[in-house]
Amino acid sequence: MSLSEPIPGSTIRAVHDDFHGDLLEVSMGPHHPSTHGVFRMIVTLDGEVVVKLKPVFGYLHRNHEKLAENNAYLASIPYTDRLDYLCSLTNNWAYVHAVEKLSGIEVPERAEYLRVILGELTRLINHCCLVGFLLNDLGTSFTPLLYSLRERERMLDMIEALTGSRMMCNFMRFGGLRTDVSSEWLAQLKTYLDTTFARYLDEQDALLTGNEILLARTQGVGVLKSDLAINAGITGPMLRASGINYDIRKVDKYSIYDRFDFRVPLGDHSDTYDRYMMRMLEMHESVKIIQQAIKDIPEGPFIDPKAKNRGLRPKAGEAYARIEGPKGEIGFHLISDGTGNPYRYRVRPPSLINLTVLEDMCLGQTLADTVIILGSVDIVLGEVDR
Amino acid sequence: MSASSESILEAFPLTIRDWLASVVPLDWLQWLILSLIGIVAILTVFGLTFAFTTVTERKLLGRFQNRLGPNRVRIFGIRVFGFFQPFADAVKALTKEDIVPAAADKVLHFLAPCAMVAFSLLGFAVLPFGKHLSLLSNIDAALLYFFAAGAASELAIFMAGWSSNNKFSLISSMRALAQLISYELPLLLVAVPAVLMAGSLSLTGIVVNQGGDLGILNWNVFTPWGFAGFIIFFIAALAECNRCPFDLPEGESEIIAGYLTEYSGFKYALFFMGEYFGMMSLSGLGVTLFLGGWQAPCAALAFIPSYLWFYAKLIVMILCFIWMRATLLRLRMDQLMRLSWKFLVPLALVNLGTVTFWKYTADWEGGMLVARWLIAIALVILPFISLGKVLSSGLGPRKYRYA
Amino acid sequence: MLGTGILKGLYITAKNLVGSYYSSERLTTIQYPEQRAQLPENYRNFPFLVYDGEDAIDGLRCTACKMCEKECPPQCIYIIPERDEKGKLQKKPKVFDIDISVCMGCGICAEVCPFESIKMDHHFEVAQRNRFAGLLLHREQLAKSNKYYHSIRPKEATAVDESLAEEKRKAEEKAKAAAAAKEAAAKAAAAKAADAAKAKTDDLEEKKN
Repeated sequence: MSLSEPIPGSTIRAVHDDFHGDLLEVSMGPHHPSTHGVFRMIVTLDGEVVVKLKPVFGYLHRNHEKLAENNAYLASIPYTDRLDYLCSLTNNWAYVHAVEKLSGIEVPERAEYLRVILGELTRLINHCCLVGFLLNDLGTSFTPLLYSLRERERMLDMIEALTGSRMMCNFMRFGGLRTDVSSEWLAQLKTYLDTTFARYLDEQDALLTGNEILLARTQGVGVLKSDLAINAGITGPMLRASGINYDIRKVDKYSIYDRFDFRVPLGDHSDTYDRYMMRMLEMHESVKIIQQAIKDIPEGPFIDPKAKNRGLRPKAGEAYARIEGPKGEIGFHLISDGTGNPYRYRVRPPSLINLTVLEDMCLGQTLADTVIILGSVDIVLGEVDR
Repeated sequence: MSASSESILEAFPLTIRDWLASVVPLDWLQWLILSLIGIVAILTVFGLTFAFTTVTERKLLGRFQNRLGPNRVRIFGIRVFGFFQPFADAVKALTKEDIVPAAADKVLHFLAPCAMVAFSLLGFAVLPFGKHLSLLSNIDAALLYFFAAGAASELAIFMAGWSSNNKFSLISSMRALAQLISYELPLLLVAVPAVLMAGSLSLTGIVVNQGGDLGILNWNVFTPWGFAGFIIFFIAALAECNRCPFDLPEGESEIIAGYLTEYSGFKYALFFMGEYFGMMSLSGLGVTLFLGGWQAPCAALAFIPSYLWFYAKLIVMILCFIWMRATLLRLRMDQLMRLSWKFLVPLALVNLGTVTFWKYTADWEGGMLVARWLIAIALVILPFISLGKVLSSGLGPRKYRYA
Repeated sequence: MLGTGILKGLYITAKNLVGSYYSSERLTTIQYPEQRAQLPENYRNFPFLVYDGEDAIDGLRCTACKMCEKECPPQCIYIIPERDEKGKLQKKPKVFDIDISVCMGCGICAEVCPFESIKMDHHFEVAQRNRFAGLLLHREQLAKSNKYYHSIRPKEATAVDESLAEEKRKAEEKAKAAAAAKEAAAKAAAAKAADAAKAKTDDLEEKKN
């Protein structure tokens, strides 16, 4: 790129015609404190301003889709845990949802309620993490991150007591869940959300939302125009921060989401601050959903007794099912040829697709901004690389 | 104040020094010994303070973040809440492999940490630690010397960044240069009011000027200009020491560890040490200029020797630094520059006017005294609010709509 | 604005600093080797084999049906069934290996086992110096007593014991019924044979006559 050319999409005029310096190409990653795993950005800098950014990924590729095509349907559930390892339950859910659609399995009412509770709990966990790590990228000395992780630990403790594992839950089954959820567990969750977690949200708000440095660092940084967001297939909080009202829980009304009263926050400025606030506001809404679900949950079977999990052989056909994961639309496309393993298994990973606009958001911003823009995209490399 | 306690405790360090020096008969040797003892004392006291500041910082940060912090190190089975950590750290730093990148400029790479420590120690020479304690107490332009010596540490950081031959280090050292040079200015400008009031560039003179019957109320920080000056000084000092929220040269989340990226082992520890020495000497200057130096807060407490008061104030300053680090996030480079040039420097300049007003209205009495205070406070607050409003226009918490 | 947000933040961190000294709500750290968190009953990491009675190998519930081997997602289970001298399959594993460097602790083996034999363990300190042989667990290392199973998962183990006892009772009843039926059949056969013999003798006698 010639030095006197204006940078596309730039808000800062970085290159002066009378000053000819060299561009500096910096390789950030794959081992870098802020790339959230093994992600690499080849950043071309003019001073501190980014003029080119090339994302490189695939360092964590584990053949997820091919593995699943050679495995029984049941055996893929624990592998979906490892896609976006922060929110294994929503991954489980999207996958079993697809298989249920493929083989026409019905899900009992109680299981649907429990899935909603667990899905929203996963959203809380994910957003806690995101807020903490984003603020770490912004240069806090771990304080908000550790407050977030403290709460996440408590939620993980609860998930561990239920599913046996903190992160690799492997809890959803075709037609329901692996085990039932006790009423004590639900009561414990409710108490926790009403007291400790509510206090955490208030503290986090007071600590950061009005912090002048946070405002200066994030407002107007990494703007993602709404038309670009739509064209690039961005979903989730990132799309809603760009002002597009698109939440699959509302659009598809899958599971039993039409029974709950919750709102979808929308951003007007499409910048990093909006993306941060979307997560903060969504946490409040998720808490509301969980509370309603705990109140209304009916008795009944937690899994369809007729549903076959082991040795499932759906008849030939295909199905695509999607849910609103914490990071965006997580979908599974399955093609069955009537045998015990899928003919084609395809994941629609929200992290990867949300990551595609990274360069558009980063051009013209400074080096320090790229890490927070990347942080606000909310990627998990397990899902990006699969 | 009882004269006897003053003479014993206050002069205690001097008594020991003179006794040690008196062992040597030769006059010129005595002079050398006297200086050396001073240097050794400063190195010991502040070296130990450095060691325990690191562990205190880690433990306090831990508590700020709701965790325990380091508490494992034990010597002979004694744990003392992990306060032996710095000794373990020192052993580790000394025994670690010293890695020098193949492409590095080896000489500069070696010199940079040494220069860092050396330059950061220079400031201690002129600080008045107590009524009678100062290494070079008779320097008249002590303040000038302090800033001249302090500015040199930028060179060390740039040496480190350049010699490492690493892109992150280079970016970091450019940041450090820009940052340190732009924050020297507000730092100097807010020191001027104290000089104006004391009528002296000597740090001892500035401290003496803050003494008097009113005790704590005589300190510069309890005047409108002094308060404003202290806040600006504190912010600029944070930036000078590369402390959070101005830790851009180290900017861990952006540029790995900045100019420290290619350093390991004891060289890394030296940088660390230099930074903490810098922080301590700047805190010491802040204490001297605004917090009454070694003065006791009131006459009843004057039986505690002055050097202990100085030390206590220094520790409080350092704890505030740690508190900042536990709370704040990092600024961006352009915002950092804007903060200095468009906010701190103008405010410091206005502060010069305020102090002039304050100096020439020293004889106002009664109702005029209230007017003096009100005018001075207005002179401090109005520019702050108007400048702040202009600079932060367009930023602010937002209202969100729901679908 | 104008620094108030920062002051608010400073207040929050100060509150946390003070709170961490008296509130266990805030300070949640557990100092691991000395203090240990109570593991929930559902906790799982690696599988083990339950045996009844005293002898670890003889008492194994495992019948080497290979169901877990087939269903294991990362294929980390390896089973060879026992054979007697004549080469006839015995309902016992001769080799039962789990490579825990491959195992991902999903628990599907425990879920599919029809004999309540393979269960998920609570023991998580499995670090080894030898990363290949040390992490390949054999039958002997995997076998753990039913008592141990009860100690880590009291609720589940009791339920399993009850269902096993129920099954055993049913099986016994069935066996009894079968034995009775067999006996009856044998009796009937004997009677038939006797009848036949009688008829034969009768026949003979008739012939004689």
